[in-house]
Amino acid sequence: MINDKNSQKIADFIKNWARKHSIWVLAYGTGCGAIEIPPTMTSRYDAERLGVRGAATPRQADVLLITGYLTTKTLKRVIRVYEQMQDPKYVIGFGSCTINGGMYYDSYNTIKVLDKYLPVDVYINGCMPRPEAVLAGFGKLQQLIAEGKANGAQKYKDDHEYYRGNLRKIIGNKYEMPLYNW
Amino acid sequence: MESVGYYILGVIVTIIVAFMVGMTYMGLSRKITARVQNRKGPPFYQNFIDAFKLASKETAIHHGFMHHAGPAFLMVASIMSVLIIPVLNDGKWFPNLNFDGDLIFLLYIMVFGPLGMALGAGQTGNPNSAIGVTRGLSQMVGFEIPWVMALVALMMQYQTTSLVDLMAVQQTTGWLMFSSPFAFLAAVLAMLGMFRYSPFDIVGAPTELASGPVSENGGKYLFTMMSSGSIFAFAKLTLYVDLFMGGADNLIELLIKTFTIYLIPMLYGMVSPRYRTEQAIRYFWGWPLFFGFLALVHAMVF
Repeated sequence: MINDKNSQKIADFIKNWARKHSIWVLAYGTGCGAIEIPPTMTSRYDAERLGVRGAATPRQADVLLITGYLTTKTLKRVIRVYEQMQDPKYVIGFGSCTINGGMYYDSYNTIKVLDKYLPVDVYINGCMPRPEAVLAGFGKLQQLIAEGKANGAQKYKDDHEYYRGNLRKIIGNKYEMPLYNW
Repeated sequence: MESVGYYILGVIVTIIVAFMVGMTYMGLSRKITARVQNRKGPPFYQNFIDAFKLASKETAIHHGFMHHAGPAFLMVASIMSVLIIPVLNDGKWFPNLNFDGDLIFLLYIMVFGPLGMALGAGQTGNPNSAIGVTRGLSQMVGFEIPWVMALVALMMQYQTTSLVDLMAVQQTTGWLMFSSPFAFLAAVLAMLGMFRYSPFDIVGAPTELASGPVSENGGKYLFTMMSSGSIFAFAKLTLYVDLFMGGADNLIELLIKTFTIYLIPMLYGMVSPRYRTEQAIRYFWGWPLFFGFLALVHAMVF
């Protein structure tokens, strides 16, 4: 009865419903995009009514929000932060810079495609995306969670070698990172 | 009536009621805060969703034994205090384990949880946790003194150390809120620190300390802390109602009285920015301490 397929389906449905309505966001705000987060969270757009709330540390967070470009220096820290988050975890790429480099397309020390290093679940396009777009992105993520399709964390575990290989190509072997940060 | 099964069932029911009421109050406080800030705000049951999500998260953190035991200490302290505080007058519906001298026992057990949590936070090795623990213990030194003075004044005035006796006194003389007003004032001002809402949220200050002692705890640990926090909130509110507002005869009366008390730290917090540590301690050693002294004098003279 307990391990039967249908009861598992029901349990997943309830869990996904709770995950969908309670999204705790860790905003990694080095890029210029962080300026759009305060209006999204405060009175004008009020993301808290959807259950979206800020989290203080990676241990408590569900979503890693990468707001804007990542330099090769901060990439290592972001990956450590991502690996410290607890399953289930999701990544939102915020702004054009995370998709194809945006205005930093020919920069020598920023990464262009975030998806090579972290499994991105939802992209929010724009430079900068307005708070409406951010809320729409969260809506898309909620939809994916409800359908059980937001499984970036599983992809990261399965293709760990691929993601780490891409990281090594950029930082070389000068900076030693543990295999996985629990 | 007095069988062991009755007590065990009563304990379980008490804990569940405390959990539900505490969680709902915290959700209502989020909603009311949102309305004060002219937002729509989350639904009042948002905290239940958060708790369920946290409980269903996988948790793979290991920093050592005390780190695992810290949230358990918190939970134990909350459950012990909720079992000792009488929920309704005359022990109706909810059996409890109170005894002579339980007020003194409560004074000890109410700081047991934070101290256990401090040990757990110390082992995580996170600098934010260490700073949060230091701040929390300093703040505790601040508000415990007026709180203890208020309770000692009550004990001296009515020559008893039992909660049930104090509740029985109020059946004849009326609420202690009016017959010993200074003790009530000192205790309410100490409660502002006990609830750790702004301006006394220096322990978990999210923008400053990354939630302080909790910063290395996620998932199921956070769920344990959240539920123990809500149980403890219910215990504290019921204690105030029992001590100063004549207890309650039924659950509806209890809910109205506790929510009235709960509005004090909540509304005070909405209009106040966060204090620094030394400002918070200076606050508690100012007027609350003065009212504590007045309460002692009042208890000795009358």
